[in-house]
Amino acid sequence: MAAGISRAWGWFRANRWVKTALSPPGYLSLAFLTLGGFVAGVIFWGAFNTALEATNTEQFCTSCHEMEANVFEELKGTIHFTNRSGVRATCPDCHVPHEWTNKIARKMQASKEVWGHIFGSIDTREKFLALRKHLAEREWARMKANDSLECRNCHSDESMDLTKQNPRAASAHERFLFTGQRTCIDCHKGIAHRLPDMSGVPGWE
Amino acid sequence: MKHGAFAFLLSVVPCLTAGVLFAQDAPRLRGPEPFTKEVPAPPMQRQVTDDVRVMRNYPDQPPVIPHSIEGYAVDLNANKCMSCHARKFTEQSQAPMISVTHYQDRAGNTLGGLAPRRYVCVSCHVPQTTATPLVENRFTDMDALTEPERQPERRRR
Repeated sequence: MAAGISRAWGWFRANRWVKTALSPPGYLSLAFLTLGGFVAGVIFWGAFNTALEATNTEQFCTSCHEMEANVFEELKGTIHFTNRSGVRATCPDCHVPHEWTNKIARKMQASKEVWGHIFGSIDTREKFLALRKHLAEREWARMKANDSLECRNCHSDESMDLTKQNPRAASAHERFLFTGQRTCIDCHKGIAHRLPDMSGVPGWE
Repeated sequence: MKHGAFAFLLSVVPCLTAGVLFAQDAPRLRGPEPFTKEVPAPPMQRQVTDDVRVMRNYPDQPPVIPHSIEGYAVDLNANKCMSCHARKFTEQSQAPMISVTHYQDRAGNTLGGLAPRRYVCVSCHVPQTTATPLVENRFTDMDALTEPERQPERRRR
């Protein structure tokens, strides 16, 4: 076993490319390599984040017809698309975490959505409607788990002026939101997209 | 044949004339004249959302909705109204429960849940706006109508 590992290591070290990579540079200066490496790193990092941001726009999301024909169409007409002050929520505002680490984690999960697009998991309206409850439940569970973080990125409870709300909303927020009994998504389901069959969902009949 | 045509005119012309006469004091509800003319849409009216219960004008009147119902789903999949007004949610929502008649079928048998014929709330219950009525409302409350009968001596004075 040990002999086998040492033989494999010897073979690896004997490889021409590995030898070159592991030996000190013969022509290039240390300054070029360190500064060049730094500049290349900056360029790589910038390009990476630019590409990441490009996949984090409404335009990118709706470039797939699954999103454009179903959920984006339903978003239009809701308060998060048109309203009196013209503030818009786009897809990633609610569906992608804003913090970098969690964003990368979500982006990695989203690779399954690329798979789904290529193999047509929801390429017709019928398939989408059949899966709507499953899809919605995933989002509800995600928002429940992070205490409706994406809602709270804009709707902060510290900045919420209850006197400006109608009495019904004010008392509901006072009793359930401020006491921490409920989080936004517990009550505010189906505010940006149409609802699936709600039988069996707590709080619905 | 000639006689028939005359009788037809005799019966139709007064109706048409009456229609024109009556149409004059009623507001025009059919849009511009001619109807092909495009006119700017009238402004949307503000909804009344003060959460104050409105008195019913007669006991059987479906109560009106004193809050906004914008974006509320009432469809095959979900009924948002029932999330507050169903019997089991009234404690947490402090909303009035839907009337007991809504749990009965048309024969008066009590059902396990909301009767299907009562499912579409906005068929009867509607939110109000601040729009001014197009025609004057001359509805008289039943109590005002029966007051002279119940208090004849007050009428005499």
